[in-house]
Amino acid sequence: MPDLAVLSRRRLLGGAGAVGTLTITGFPAISYAQADTIKIGHLTPRTGFLGTLGEYAVQAVDLAVEEINAAGGVMGRKIDLIKEDSVNPQTASTKAERMVERDKVACIVGEISSASGLTISQVADRTKTLFVNTGCNSDELRGKGCKKFMAHVESANSMYVKTVGRALLAQDLVKGKRWFSLTADYAFGHDLLRVAKRFMEANGGQFAADKLVPTDATDFSALLLEIRTAKPDLVVSNLAGLQITNFLKQYSEFGLDFPVAGFGFDTAVAWGAGKGNFFGTWPLVWHHLIDTPGSKAFVAAFTKKYNKPPENQAWGDYIAMKILAQSMNEAKSTEAAKLIEHWEKGAKFDLLKTRPGYFRAWDHQLMHEMYAVEALKASELKNQWDIYRPSPPIPGANEDLEAIAPTREENACSFA
Amino acid sequence: MQTVLFLQHVLNGLLAGTYYLLIALGLSLIFSLGGIVNLAHGAFYAIGAYCTVVLSPSIGFGGSIVAAPALVGILGVMIERTLFRRFYKADPSLSLILTFGLAMVAEQLLRMIFGAAPLSFSIPSELRGQLFVGTFIYPYYRVLVLAVAAACVGGLWFLLQRTAFGRVVRAGVQSPDMVGALGISLEPYMAAVAFLGVGLAGLAGVMLAPIFSIHPAMGNDIITAAFVVVVIGGLGSFWGVVVAALIVGLVKGLVVAFGFPQFSEAAMYLLMLLVLLIRPRGLFGERIQRFE
Repeated sequence: MPDLAVLSRRRLLGGAGAVGTLTITGFPAISYAQADTIKIGHLTPRTGFLGTLGEYAVQAVDLAVEEINAAGGVMGRKIDLIKEDSVNPQTASTKAERMVERDKVACIVGEISSASGLTISQVADRTKTLFVNTGCNSDELRGKGCKKFMAHVESANSMYVKTVGRALLAQDLVKGKRWFSLTADYAFGHDLLRVAKRFMEANGGQFAADKLVPTDATDFSALLLEIRTAKPDLVVSNLAGLQITNFLKQYSEFGLDFPVAGFGFDTAVAWGAGKGNFFGTWPLVWHHLIDTPGSKAFVAAFTKKYNKPPENQAWGDYIAMKILAQSMNEAKSTEAAKLIEHWEKGAKFDLLKTRPGYFRAWDHQLMHEMYAVEALKASELKNQWDIYRPSPPIPGANEDLEAIAPTREENACSFA
Repeated sequence: MQTVLFLQHVLNGLLAGTYYLLIALGLSLIFSLGGIVNLAHGAFYAIGAYCTVVLSPSIGFGGSIVAAPALVGILGVMIERTLFRRFYKADPSLSLILTFGLAMVAEQLLRMIFGAAPLSFSIPSELRGQLFVGTFIYPYYRVLVLAVAAACVGGLWFLLQRTAFGRVVRAGVQSPDMVGALGISLEPYMAAVAFLGVGLAGLAGVMLAPIFSIHPAMGNDIITAAFVVVVIGGLGSFWGVVVAALIVGLVKGLVVAFGFPQFSEAAMYLLMLLVLLIRPRGLFGERIQRFE
């Protein structure tokens, strides 16, 4: 027999309130758009470990759609964006499935976690829906795990390594040098470590030590003591997301002065480290100081809308949406097969850089310029955003864009 | 050389334990008196860090060390008066759900107000630098964190063991009904304990803001470790928490020293498992009737 006194009016109201709140916040997004719109799904982590980058991705994709629709849309139809937090690989897969089956999206754009990217790609492959991956960098996903219906904006891990690698070779920090590497202990980090090691060994370097760091570790002091004792020629970061912020802050706190380089990087994590806590050489797919009219216009529009400059993940999702809109207009279709055919024929896109890019036909990886930026000293900083010295594009103007891309031998991909 | 490095790891581990100590002390205090399993404790830690970023430009880091914990403590009292007090006599699982919800609301509010990106904050220039003792190295800032944690332990011990206030609180932990029968209302004490406990989380947020990344979910980074410390130390035990925090820091440091940094987080859970298997009450856990 339940104790009825327990179920007071107040408790009942409290329960009803909680249910009401859930109704508002917990239910999935439902689109009421007209049939004459083109629905595009956007999935990316908006909370948790990668939420920092996801926020930039969402803001940028909103801006891109706003601009596309203001300019008349795609083939005269407006884009209707359906956005969701991908949370984790299982949820990402469920939400991708729902976007395809229920919302009938023309394609899915986004994602940052390589693990979630893999599950979304499986849904895309099964349902023959296009998935444009914007931020999952692992060579595994972009190579062995490649799919006919998946294309990749931004870069594979090996492209980041080759980009920074060039700067390190120029600084004589590879041949005969001892590296101390710190690697994020999950799929992305392991993949990055593998390609970094390949580069280091091919160029005559060796490890002083090679340490895995749990993704939820916040205190690096014990590892900093190890670095201090090992006296390496270079400290290499294969860390991810906010791990980099913690590492930078504490490396600076301990006053260590060994040169630092990173093979994976996002500007937001360095902006969050604070004045005097950023140093070393880092790779970027795009940055807000690129001196082209396209990049300047993007930076101005983003800053006007969000009161802060965009960072690299913002560029990834912004440019993915712009590429899709352009491709649909050119192919006069929203069908995945037609768009892929268009890309495989070598369609070129303005990437807001010095030269246009394209999707490589055999793995659908975007071929584009990258950058190896060097941190400014605290005394050289003019504001909180311009924290590094912009680098010229890599590959250089006279080189093929594929010069830094993974080769077929390095990153086998077969659509069969 | 290896022995020196090993000793450094031992000392550094003990030092790192003080971070958990600052968080775990407040967590233990609130649980001991009210039986509230405060999953929102990490959120108060995050709010402390955000307050530091907001307040420091106007009142300096020194001012923030006082003002931010006080503000977070007042927030704690408001939540205690409006929410926690309704759950003191309820099934602990209800307060668990309440504080879990509170943690999510707080995290989302921080995200809405400040954005998801980490906020920029550094060690004040006057506190930068390192103390070298032989080949040992201690950043000045970590020495300050150690001093603040030691002051908190000393101050709290004095308050709980040597004052009339502490006697009532300790009696309230053991037997709230008897305290009531003696004509003492526990309500103001509950509010004061919420101020102290939540304020300590805020203080931890201030002290760690210069060396850890400041982001909306930063509470999650440290709250689990704090729970592990409280469980290992034993519920209701002041010194249990202190000793457990140092042991957790030490074990994590030693795992790195032995060359397995990837297991440094897992090591504390293994330690908790071992302690619970051998001594389910925790190292110094007292037998508290209403928790049995």
